Amino acid sequence: MISFVLKRFLQLIPVFIGATLLVYFLVFATPGDPIAALSGGKPMSPAVEDALRAQYNLDKPFWVQYGLYLKNLFTFDLGMSFSGQEVKDLLARAFPVTARLAVIAMAIEAVFGIIFGVIAGMRKGKIFDSTVLVLSLLVIAVPTFVLGFVLQVVVGVQLGWAKPTVSGQATWGELILPGLVLGLVSFAYVLRLTRTSVIENKTADYVRTATAKGLSRPRVITVHILRNSLIPVVTYLGADLGALMGGAIVTEGIFNVPGIGNLLFKAIRFGETPTVVAIVGVLVIIFVVANLVVDMLYALLDPRIRYA
Amino acid sequence: MSEVSAPKPLLEIKDLAITFSTPEGPVNAVRNANLTVMPGETVAIVGESGSGKSTTALSAIGLLPGNGKVSAGQILFDGEDLAQAPEKRFVELRGNHIGMVPQDPMSNLNPVWKIGFQVKETLKANGLAGDKPNERVAQVLADAGLPNPAARANQYPHEFSGGMRQRALIAIGLACRPRLLIADEPTSALDVTVQQQILDHLDTMTSELGTAVLLITHDLGLAAERAEKVIVMYKGQVVESGPALELLRNPQHPYTKRLINSAPSLAAKQGVEVKTPHEEQAAKNDNVLEVKDLTKVFDIRKGFGRKDKFTAVDKVSFAVPRGTTTAVVGESGSGKSTIAQMVLNLLEPTSGEITFDGQKMSKLSEKELFKFRRRVQPIFQDPYGSLDPMYSIYRTIEEPLRIHGIGSTAEREKKVRELLDQVSMPASTMHRFPNELSGGQRQRIAIARALALQPEMIVCDEAVSALDVLVQAQVLELLQQLQDELGLTYLFITHDLAVVRQIADDVVVMERGKMVEHASTDEVFTSAQSDYTRNLLNAIPGATLL
Repeated sequence: MISFVLKRFLQLIPVFIGATLLVYFLVFATPGDPIAALSGGKPMSPAVEDALRAQYNLDKPFWVQYGLYLKNLFTFDLGMSFSGQEVKDLLARAFPVTARLAVIAMAIEAVFGIIFGVIAGMRKGKIFDSTVLVLSLLVIAVPTFVLGFVLQVVVGVQLGWAKPTVSGQATWGELILPGLVLGLVSFAYVLRLTRTSVIENKTADYVRTATAKGLSRPRVITVHILRNSLIPVVTYLGADLGALMGGAIVTEGIFNVPGIGNLLFKAIRFGETPTVVAIVGVLVIIFVVANLVVDMLYALLDPRIRYA
Repeated sequence: MSEVSAPKPLLEIKDLAITFSTPEGPVNAVRNANLTVMPGETVAIVGESGSGKSTTALSAIGLLPGNGKVSAGQILFDGEDLAQAPEKRFVELRGNHIGMVPQDPMSNLNPVWKIGFQVKETLKANGLAGDKPNERVAQVLADAGLPNPAARANQYPHEFSGGMRQRALIAIGLACRPRLLIADEPTSALDVTVQQQILDHLDTMTSELGTAVLLITHDLGLAAERAEKVIVMYKGQVVESGPALELLRNPQHPYTKRLINSAPSLAAKQGVEVKTPHEEQAAKNDNVLEVKDLTKVFDIRKGFGRKDKFTAVDKVSFAVPRGTTTAVVGESGSGKSTIAQMVLNLLEPTSGEITFDGQKMSKLSEKELFKFRRRVQPIFQDPYGSLDPMYSIYRTIEEPLRIHGIGSTAEREKKVRELLDQVSMPASTMHRFPNELSGGQRQRIAIARALALQPEMIVCDEAVSALDVLVQAQVLELLQQLQDELGLTYLFITHDLAVVRQIADDVVVMERGKMVEHASTDEVFTSAQSDYTRNLLNAIPGATLL
């Protein structure tokens, strides 16, 4: 198991270099001059412009730029944003917010998705099942920005149950509504996955044997059906954790959440290579670690899976 | 006991009817079924798949599938009618009053929980765990004949062999000392020798506990050997019932007679000449296949880069004369399937030589190998798994012809029709898909596919093991007939010595990779040389009854 984890962390190195290189190149190749964007299109003296270019290494060829970036990375110098702030500090402020948002969304989709999925699966074809299926389809079909705005207006403004926008502190309480919007689509997927998996497992021979042993129905469901049904769900949740941490640009935009999504969106718009690459780099690490955790959860859920 | 009156039956099923609701309307799976089980008695229900034998038994423990319902009749357990009993009542009865040992040990233990956990929860659910549940678990497992039970309880099902899993399931079924045990084909997935041990053990345990057993089986020989009373079911109805031996010796219903005639376990010992020997071919000394010092060693990874050697096949030599059948017999793990794979050139031997029609197989070039593939064809055990579910029957049979570039499209279609005719399937089957066919029909398709390239030799790897006795008899007959018509040579891999009698000229008996006996079928059945072969023969159920 330990060697498996180590191997996976070693794999992180080429993945990390490949991903940052690719992103670095993409931002480099994006049409538009970052310095011009910085000045807001107003004319700027050539001397200032050159000084800025030199400061951000924009006057150097691509490979040199990337090389310098990697070199700085080893000294934990992620560079400066165009607004003169350390990228490190920007990340340090945005990530906790996004992490809180992701935790709320994840909790909603995992807890409710699995519970509803199990009930729907056990009552396949009954009213609860059909209702939940239609509703989940509706949630999947309606775009997030529609759902987000509707909930913002109804829950936030008309009913006044929650603040329609998030403050600079982005406290847990403020993030519940955006977290709900963010988690709703995945909730529908988790529900459907759990339901399918439960339907498949509930007719398994070992479930019948468990019933024949004299176990009560709740115990058969929780001990013998649920655990065996969780593997596809865990896979999905793991991949989704990466996506949630990547910041939900749309949701964060609607509720004005000062998270990674907002930061990334602004950085891409201004062509701020150091910020974009730093965010992507961290996201790569999060993705790989999330998948590693999923793989380890597999082994925990299913003893037949062993890693060497 | 102070009771002097006649003993009351433990289970009495009266005029039972069970209906399944399907999209095509209700299907009557069981009609007018009657049976009685006295306390401590073993009663067997015999029949083929779909005869309603399992459905009848499962209704007594309230485990009918969701769409099944008792539509008429009574299920009296100790005088209480369970036909329409609520689920709550069944939860009370299951485990400590009515236990169950299911059919397939591979799928009936939850793969994600330790064996001990699965036994313990049985005890707990029925309030029998006591103060020291782990000791009780070890005791229960030990009673079921599991060696080293305390350590074994800490393992997962996938670390158990099939026989050990079945012992664990028996332990679970009997853990709470039920008065009635429903044993649904408890050993049909196991080797004969293991089957015998397990059934012996089950007999001992149930007679010690005074448990009555309702044994469900498709094997009449087994039923007659193990049960006091036998009930024969056919298409949802009880067609005959009575004391086991009486029914076996003097069957009344035509279906029972057919069952007795085709049960390989019974035929094997009847001394009936089921197989016409091919002495003239054998005498010609024309060997299609020669296997010399064949050895296969597998590396088994043990972690930390260490490897263990496992010799699956150890210096095996035999020859197969043209137009005859040689059976390779052994239990699981004896190396018989490894031999089949090497003969099919799907696996490379570690050492030794296989010669096919004078050609050394190790020397074959890519092109010669392609030609060789045409001359040797396989038929595998599982007709569900070996046919591509996405291919129509036509495409399945036509594919080898197309790959080998034989004939035009029209000629190939004609050939497929001929092949279907040869295996007694209507030409209309062409447009159907494997899931629309029964197991026996699928195996016929697999045979047609194997015959498509007009091979000289067919390697049958457990080709009839997954089939019901009657279907098995039909498929064996078909293979025989094709051999006589086409002069085919068979290498017949099986764990079932009983079918060997029906099909083989020569027998190779394998034990743990080594060949322990090689002789003609008659010699093996009348004067087996090795103890191992004699054990295998004695383990055939019902062998001593007729």
